[in-house]
Amino acid sequence: MENKLILSASPQWRERDSISRIMYTVSLSLVPAWLISIYFFGFPAVYLTILGVISAVGTEYAIEKICKLPKTIHDGSAAVTGVLLAFNLPPAVPFWIPIIGSMVAIGIGKMVFGGLGNNPINPALIGRAFLMASWPVYMTSAWIAPRGGSLSSLTSNLEALTNATPLNLYKSSLNIIHTINDPVQIKTAQDAINSLSNNWLNLFLGRIGGSLGETSALAILIGALYLIYKNYVDWRIPFSYILTVGLLGWALGGFNGLFSGSFLFHVFAGGLFLGAFYMATDMVTSPLTRKGKVIFGIGCGIITFIIRMIGGYPEGVCYSILLMNLGVPLIDRFILPRKFGEVIHAK
Amino acid sequence: MSLFKKFTFHGGVHPDDGKELSAENPIETMPPPAVVYIPLVQHIGAPAKEVVVIGDTVRKGQKIGEISSFISANIHSSINGKIKAIIQRLSPIGIKVKTIVIESDQSEEIQETLQIKREELPDSKVLLHQIQECGLAGMGGASFPTHIKLCPPQDKTIECLIINAAECEPFLTCDYRLMLEKTEELIMGIDIFRKILNVKGVYIGIEKNKPLAIAAMKKALQNSDIKVIDLEVKYPQGAEKQLIYAITRREVPRNGLPMDVGTVVQNVGTAYAAYEAIYKKKSLYERVVTVSGPGIQQPKNILVRIGTPIQAVIDFCGGLIGKTQKILNGGPMMGLTLFDLSAPIIKGTSGIVVLTEKETSIYTEQPCISCAHCVDACPMHLVPTTIAKNARKEFWEEAEKYGAMDCMECGSCAYVCPAKVNLIHSIQLAKAEITMRRRAAQKQGALNGK
Repeated sequence: MENKLILSASPQWRERDSISRIMYTVSLSLVPAWLISIYFFGFPAVYLTILGVISAVGTEYAIEKICKLPKTIHDGSAAVTGVLLAFNLPPAVPFWIPIIGSMVAIGIGKMVFGGLGNNPINPALIGRAFLMASWPVYMTSAWIAPRGGSLSSLTSNLEALTNATPLNLYKSSLNIIHTINDPVQIKTAQDAINSLSNNWLNLFLGRIGGSLGETSALAILIGALYLIYKNYVDWRIPFSYILTVGLLGWALGGFNGLFSGSFLFHVFAGGLFLGAFYMATDMVTSPLTRKGKVIFGIGCGIITFIIRMIGGYPEGVCYSILLMNLGVPLIDRFILPRKFGEVIHAK
Repeated sequence: MSLFKKFTFHGGVHPDDGKELSAENPIETMPPPAVVYIPLVQHIGAPAKEVVVIGDTVRKGQKIGEISSFISANIHSSINGKIKAIIQRLSPIGIKVKTIVIESDQSEEIQETLQIKREELPDSKVLLHQIQECGLAGMGGASFPTHIKLCPPQDKTIECLIINAAECEPFLTCDYRLMLEKTEELIMGIDIFRKILNVKGVYIGIEKNKPLAIAAMKKALQNSDIKVIDLEVKYPQGAEKQLIYAITRREVPRNGLPMDVGTVVQNVGTAYAAYEAIYKKKSLYERVVTVSGPGIQQPKNILVRIGTPIQAVIDFCGGLIGKTQKILNGGPMMGLTLFDLSAPIIKGTSGIVVLTEKETSIYTEQPCISCAHCVDACPMHLVPTTIAKNARKEFWEEAEKYGAMDCMECGSCAYVCPAKVNLIHSIQLAKAEITMRRRAAQKQGALNGK
């Protein structure tokens, strides 16, 4: 026989799916969020994102070149990390911030562990946490007011109260209510919270101050629904995550006792949608089983809410996901599906 | 049972079925070859013991290998001829087994005819004995000796008989053709099983993508209480445990057998063989095989003598076309790649599928990205990637703890894997290693017990 037969283990057929197809689909799904951030924040949204991607891909290539490893940049995962890192930056940061952030994300967040598939925690969030610790001023105040809107989403003179993002304003207002004994200031703070809560539509659309790609819940939702439809994102993580934050926000997030908080404000503010749909669902660093995913999402939600309310930062999405990432091996070890035909005895 | 209940299971995948290549081709009879190679083990269990010696003249259907232990099956000659040799020879499952080589003497063969009428069906003991004599073994692939399945231990009550006609493996159409062409005979075969088991409920599970077969069976069963179940189309719907679950909503316990939930499953092909064994006193020396795939000249469903070399079967179907890369014993999901086409067709061979360059991309494994697609696809509700990772580190106990031995190797996990990790390969390794260790431990235990 002139041509040799190939021997291989079954199955002989494979679905036409690949890691690079997943990664490029994820990148594609981020386009709406990118376009909307370009609309609201202008040119910085363009170059910060591009610099983030170039730096991420370049770092991966350089490390693989130096260590003589097989080149993997074509799989697209570094590019996704670069985009997500840039999306987590305030729009007015200097151009070198995404470059360094991506280098740390890929270098320390991913390559030291052995590259794709081996990193225990989300690389983009490692990069962001590094920037947050190193250049806190840039990372917490380099905001730009969106086109046709204001930083905090409010248009009244309350804006003068604090020049801050909605979550910042919310937190400082709560602070005033709980610690300062001046009725006038308390009244102003209460007004601020009330108007923030009523202003959820601006938050939903993204006409607020915040990180580049996180502000528009709508744009993120469009991309994320596409990914859920393609089965590249399991809805259980974002659903349980967002629902937990929303319910906690409604129950404990108000100033007027239990159940006085605004569900919608807590859900649409900050980076929750970006985090829940794109960071927490990172396949490598999220649990394998459906039950595990729900536990992971709820855990992220609780930690996010705690940081938002009593932590040192106004937003807790980044750290909550990083913390829960560390719990994933444990979840995967103990939360297993009931095997077919397995009898679970009641204890 | 609610009106909208779907007959299916959790997990599974939807591969292209490719059945259109051979579905419309009626069963053709392949002339008996000049030489047949009949392995003495074609079933699960102990090899049969040969009852002929070199130089003996045998006739078609004559017993040449006899049951050697409790789980075993008789083996028969498939042609008239002379025993030429008894040698160790390659079987299509890739190992060398004791094989009887018979050379045809070209003498005229006797055609089996109906010996009894439908009303004259003997009692179940006689039936069971006849099935055992004729060497029936499951024809869906696993080839478990049929008579063992039909006499469950006294303490098990069997409530229903399920006939497996799902045929979920891509390309295979031999069961489909049987249902269309031998409808009445099949039902007579099913009645034999039913009489032996003395069960009330009888179900025939057919996937919905075979509407003609469903219609034919339903029509033939108009006045019968045998129910035809339209199964949702999903691979591996024909896996025994998944089929039982889809129809009865009962889960066969881990390490258990269908009889533990009061069911017996038999393949359609086996039902037809039972019909021939009882009504025609015909032993199992030929079977319907689907020869298909994009790499075969004329895809066909053919009636082939057991022991016919695969090369002869391929030649009968016009030979190969295109750049052949893989020839499979079975379908593309669970089939084994063949490396020597002199291996014979055996009782469990349901198909020979030829894939060309176009269908066989050679993949390089990429790292697992924990996408969990394998977890969602696993019909046994396992976490395939974790088992495979443990197997690769040779953590056998861990692999066992995560359920390596529950895996039936259906291939759904590796099918969906975007990183193209050879999950089944790794899990098979773990299963083999665990089995070896268990045997060693048993031996050790037996020694210590003395």
